[in-house]
Amino acid sequence: MCLFAFLVLIIFSFAFGTGLKSFKGIIPGILWVAFIFSGLLGLSRSFGVERDKGTLPGLLLCPVSPWEIFLAKMIGTFIFTVIMEIFTLLVFTILYNQNFLPFLLPLGLVILLGTLGFSIIGTIFSAMSSTTSTRDVMLSILVFPIYVPVIIAAVKATGLILDGTSIQTIYAWLKILVAFDLVFLLLAYLTFGFIMEE
Amino acid sequence: MSASKRVFEMTLEIITFLAMFAALYAIFLYAPVEQTMGIVQKIFYIHLPAAFLAFLGFFITFIASILYLYKRDLKWDAAAFCSAEIGVIFCTIVLITGPIWAKPIWNVWWTWDPRLTTTLILWFVYIAYLMLRGVVKEHQRANFSAVFGIIGFVNVPITFLAIRLWRSIHPVLITSRGINISTPMKHTLALTFLAFCLLFFCLLKSRIRLEKMRMDTGMLSALVEEKFYSK
Repeated sequence: MCLFAFLVLIIFSFAFGTGLKSFKGIIPGILWVAFIFSGLLGLSRSFGVERDKGTLPGLLLCPVSPWEIFLAKMIGTFIFTVIMEIFTLLVFTILYNQNFLPFLLPLGLVILLGTLGFSIIGTIFSAMSSTTSTRDVMLSILVFPIYVPVIIAAVKATGLILDGTSIQTIYAWLKILVAFDLVFLLLAYLTFGFIMEE
Repeated sequence: MSASKRVFEMTLEIITFLAMFAALYAIFLYAPVEQTMGIVQKIFYIHLPAAFLAFLGFFITFIASILYLYKRDLKWDAAAFCSAEIGVIFCTIVLITGPIWAKPIWNVWWTWDPRLTTTLILWFVYIAYLMLRGVVKEHQRANFSAVFGIIGFVNVPITFLAIRLWRSIHPVLITSRGINISTPMKHTLALTFLAFCLLFFCLLKSRIRLEKMRMDTGMLSALVEEKFYSK
């Protein structure tokens, strides 16, 4: 996952060149494309391994509810995605000479909220797509259209933060991120049991 | 299927056929040519009902998905699937007729207006829905697609809000379409609306009948297989 994110950053520097004048404007885009594409790689492993090794029935036999299985899977995905994102930010700092330290708190908040949303819908759809033969393609096709509001909000908020504006200006975007996370947590709570039925 | 039901369906089909013809007549001969936009404005009579029916189709999918998960009756799953399929057809019509109208009027094929963008995302969501149904295993299909049908629809308002906020930061090219329509135009619009709604229900009804037949033959062939080949 980390290696893939690294490669995405390298590809971007080849694609755009290094002497770009308006480079600051495309930083949020590069970051989130790297996050999402690399995150997707991790997502498909979340349930894929369970299906391949046939351990999912065992997991379902455990005395826990599907909601708890969902939470565990989601938190696992979340942690690994965040580790990948921290690594990506570090590599980005080195490759593009961009200092993220002054913005660390608001930027961290936006990234955490965006990643939470990504992990929630990603876990639901990973559980679905892992049963199919076209696993990874199906996962991307399911995740991306649903993930549109988070992409918009996260990229915009990241851009505003890097411009050095105050936390108030990104408030509307944070609201969308929080709303998305809460709505999909609730939906996962209500529907995950149906997905786990064999 | 009982005879009375079939008669009802036939009547519905004939009325739809006549209404579609009447709508065509109204669009091209009854309604006047719009003064500023010219002949291209006539596509609006197809665009607007199609947009409404696309949303209606997706809404029916949403409701039928909830009912399926609640009642566990496969007929709701069939209804959700058929409705999504027809919704995608109408959504495609919207996305094709829209740019044809927009190019001469707005001078661009496409703008990232919240309504346009949301419709496009909606199209992607339901294409994904149909694809998902195609690849999952038989015994999980109904559950998975119901969950996705619900998630896809709940996401619409959030997407719309996000896109509107996103656009409001950029300069807005088109604020309102500002269509002032005369009485014959209103009549034409009402008629095409009616005709398209009839068409929608006609399609939905026959599609659901087809899906039921498919389910029945699937069950029969499974029975036959069990009876003759399992020994």
